[in-house]
Amino acid sequence: MTMDNRRKILMVVAALLAVLVITPFSGSYVIVLVTHALIFGILAMSLDILLGYTGLPSLGQAAYLGMGAYLTAVLATRYQFGLDWTFWVVVVLGILIAAATAAFFGLFAIRATGVYFLMITLALGMCVWGLAYRWNSLTGGDNGIVLPPRPEFGIELADDVTYFYLVFGFFAVSLATLYLLVRSPFGHSLVGIRENELRMRILGYNTWLHKYIAFIIAGGYGGLAGVLWAQAHGLVSPEDVILATSVDALLMVVLGGPGTLVGGAIGAGIVVFLREYLSTLVPWWQYVLGGVYVLTILYLPGGLMGLPERIRGSRMPAAVAGEVKSLPSVSH
Amino acid sequence: MDTNFWVIQAFNGVSYGALLFLLASGLSLIFGVMRIVNLAHGSFFLLGGYVALTVIWTTGSWLLAIPVAAFAVAVVGLLMERTCLRPLGFDPLRQVLLTVGFAYLFQQAALDIWGGDNLDIVPPAVLRDSAVVGGYYFPMYRIFMIGVAVAIGVILWLTMEKTRIGAMVRATVDDAEMARGVGIDTSRVSMLIFALGAFLAALGGVIGGAFLGIYPGLDFAILPIAFAVVIIGGMGSLTGAAVGSLIVGLADNFGKALVPEVSYFTLYAPMVLILALKPTGLFGRE
Amino acid sequence: MLSKIARSLSWGLVAVGLAAGTGMSRESGAAQELRIGFLAPTTGIFAQIGKDMTNGFQMYLDEVKGDFAGAKVKFIVEDEEGKPPVGVRKVEKLIRQDKVHMFIGGLLASTGYALAPVSTRLKTVYVASIPAADDLTQRDSAKFPLLVRTGWTSSQPNHPFGEWACEQGYKRIVAIAADYAFGHEVVGGFQRAFEACGGRIIQKIWPPLGTIDFGPFIPTLKKDADAIFTLMVGPMSLQFPKQLASAGIKKPVLGGGTSYDEFVLPSMGDEVIGHVSALQYSAALETPRNAAFVKKYREKYGKVPSYYSESNYTTAQMIHEVMKKTKGKWPGAEQFVKLLASIQLETARGPVRLDEMKNPVHNVYIRKVERKKLHGYAKDELWNSVVKTYPNVSQFWKFGKAEFLKQPVYSRDFPPCKFCE
Repeated sequence: MTMDNRRKILMVVAALLAVLVITPFSGSYVIVLVTHALIFGILAMSLDILLGYTGLPSLGQAAYLGMGAYLTAVLATRYQFGLDWTFWVVVVLGILIAAATAAFFGLFAIRATGVYFLMITLALGMCVWGLAYRWNSLTGGDNGIVLPPRPEFGIELADDVTYFYLVFGFFAVSLATLYLLVRSPFGHSLVGIRENELRMRILGYNTWLHKYIAFIIAGGYGGLAGVLWAQAHGLVSPEDVILATSVDALLMVVLGGPGTLVGGAIGAGIVVFLREYLSTLVPWWQYVLGGVYVLTILYLPGGLMGLPERIRGSRMPAAVAGEVKSLPSVSH
Repeated sequence: MDTNFWVIQAFNGVSYGALLFLLASGLSLIFGVMRIVNLAHGSFFLLGGYVALTVIWTTGSWLLAIPVAAFAVAVVGLLMERTCLRPLGFDPLRQVLLTVGFAYLFQQAALDIWGGDNLDIVPPAVLRDSAVVGGYYFPMYRIFMIGVAVAIGVILWLTMEKTRIGAMVRATVDDAEMARGVGIDTSRVSMLIFALGAFLAALGGVIGGAFLGIYPGLDFAILPIAFAVVIIGGMGSLTGAAVGSLIVGLADNFGKALVPEVSYFTLYAPMVLILALKPTGLFGRE
Repeated sequence: MLSKIARSLSWGLVAVGLAAGTGMSRESGAAQELRIGFLAPTTGIFAQIGKDMTNGFQMYLDEVKGDFAGAKVKFIVEDEEGKPPVGVRKVEKLIRQDKVHMFIGGLLASTGYALAPVSTRLKTVYVASIPAADDLTQRDSAKFPLLVRTGWTSSQPNHPFGEWACEQGYKRIVAIAADYAFGHEVVGGFQRAFEACGGRIIQKIWPPLGTIDFGPFIPTLKKDADAIFTLMVGPMSLQFPKQLASAGIKKPVLGGGTSYDEFVLPSMGDEVIGHVSALQYSAALETPRNAAFVKKYREKYGKVPSYYSESNYTTAQMIHEVMKKTKGKWPGAEQFVKLLASIQLETARGPVRLDEMKNPVHNVYIRKVERKKLHGYAKDELWNSVVKTYPNVSQFWKFGKAEFLKQPVYSRDFPPCKFCE
């Protein structure tokens, strides 16, 4: 296992390095697209902790992205804070406020299971959207908030390549820390809960607390994505917090392959590509987006990451096919 | 804030709730029987409105448009259930995402077929008047919406409580496993219920089209409100859908009139509270 | 498992690389190509408005066979979905990938506020043909050196409209308008001018953008007002007058121009007859130039042009005029802005020139909805009949530029509602 595992890690690192090296030499629009994809990659990986590892399908992950993004925008426009080195403080604050929100929401959400968890996270996400949309004095309502130029602290983040490097750095750190998390004993117990919560409880685990902590961690990473998103875009709007963003995040994870971390990032890349690039090529792009949803669900139970094994499985005896990783069941 | 204000606002809230009932009762039934969170439900509503418009344009008959639209969309729902949802088996997450996919497909199709115009269904003249009672103006159309909702509610209730098929549905809601055990074809029940849900949503679309208009994007605009109803009332419960519709209709109406700044919050916060305290909603059963 | 990750990742890279390739291969082009990026909502709630916008521009292009004084026009339309963030993303694409010389459009005022900084940041000309956000050509004008407006400011037609309301003898008016920048500025302009001539706004109600059930709001309208001032957009325009009528309210209704725009007028019923609005354009304008424009447009697209069509048609006309001066050569962004801002032109909406802050000075028409026959069409239809023309209205109206710019931008709370009860 260790040999195999090391090889896999090496391949991921190689792929990441390739992204790092190739992107700056691509067209300037590609740089922006890849930056967006990496940011959504962080969001998707945060959701994967919940969905893929803990078996909690959250329909409200956009809420945490929104908390981070709005915090960044409000601090920047009202208090001129975060426009220099204090950007790093904003990053920390963004993570904290999103994590705190998740800690609060978790009190309501964690006791729900299965489809009720879907519903309550949907409702919580809608609450955040409602506030962003209607609390005009703070959020600018439907207008949103236009941010001043990106921070400058010796390095100019306004330069898109520089900003790409920064986002890439955050992405790599997020991937590494989340990977360590899922490989830790805590991560293993999350998987245990996903597979059989009752057994874990009998074994003496406080499963509520485990799920609660996972929920908060996921929120924190969502907040990080939010801070980066606000700066990438120069604009924060209720549109960033709508249900479709949360649903897209779910699609990213399911499309890429839940419980694989990197799968979510790949899914993010594809969905960003569809939404932002394909929509410029064909007027009927919603057919493609809808089609990807339907086809993924019907024909890719393990996501793209499960694909090679499925192909191998169909060529090899059934015994091997048994290990095909399919979506965790979220029934109660 | 005189009596005038309260009377009219309460009436508006109730009539809006009536429209919500048409939309949400189907959503609730689908959830109760199949445990499916149907994010394409708003699309059924919108498609109903569009099909009705086509019927009105070709035949000029508003009355004919109502059943045609409702049945046409019911067939769409039936096909969707048979070809895509059924093969998935029981898996809430994948079902949700599948319905989202369909919502996008329907949205694009509606845009291609009917264009992006803001359209309006014009009901017969008698429904465009207002009834004047004691100096209050009560728009006939709002009264009509309440009437339709009550009629549909009673029919649904009688079907569920007094007929064999109703008993089968109730058994499936309570315990699908057990229902199968006693020989109920739960797959057929599911198919029927999904089609019925689409039927009701489309009916809501035709009725609501004269009140809200028909335009691209209405599907996703109306969906969260329908969910608020179902969550508050309790998923799978007809009584719940009725009570939830009233609560949401009134809360939304008075929220917007009295505290417009946080009006959406007044809608979703109670929803979260109810979910946290009683996840099954006011009338739902575990 | 992770090896698949790597493999899929590398596939992803190939895809990205391909995208990059198509993006880069396009050189900044032959000197004779003029690349124009156009942002309009082609899906979502505002899809029809987006079509009107695009059709207007396209019709002019077709008239000149895509040739602006020797420059071949490459017209690239992007779907901004009526959402500011999407608009920003699409502009990034237009500038970075298509290397457009300028971008035009966007629908909502909020989209205008979001797009303008991009024009400054990426040093590309932005021609705001629709977004009417006041400050783009007022207090923030210095921040956006590459922005020119060919449309209007939200408050511009509503200043004379306020004066007109005084002339009608209205003393007390309630305002009900969509709650976003555009609504705030339309109401603000009306209130400023109406109160300057002695009128009083006694109530302001702000339904959220996208409201279609006005049940909660209509009963709160003050009963003793002389008239109602309203501003609605998109689907809201259609439902508000209907619900107002069925609630038994028969007061005179005044509205911001978009409330009765021609894009929604054909779907409206007789309840809007007699409603009055103000805008720089009406399809019912009986000038030979406009009559020809309406007929041609209607023949081509099957419907009467809206102000959204006219504004973009006129924008195309203006850009063509600039290119005539440069003999089809792109003069560079700054020079182009300078040339465009100095233009004076006879257009479908009447004479247009730009003021020193790059916003049009044009006629404002007070229009009353009537059912009648017009432009030689056989059927009785709803038209915005012009009842009064205020010639050559600037965005500063009679207030004077310096004094006007001293006051804050119109908002939810400015002018303050000092007569609110």
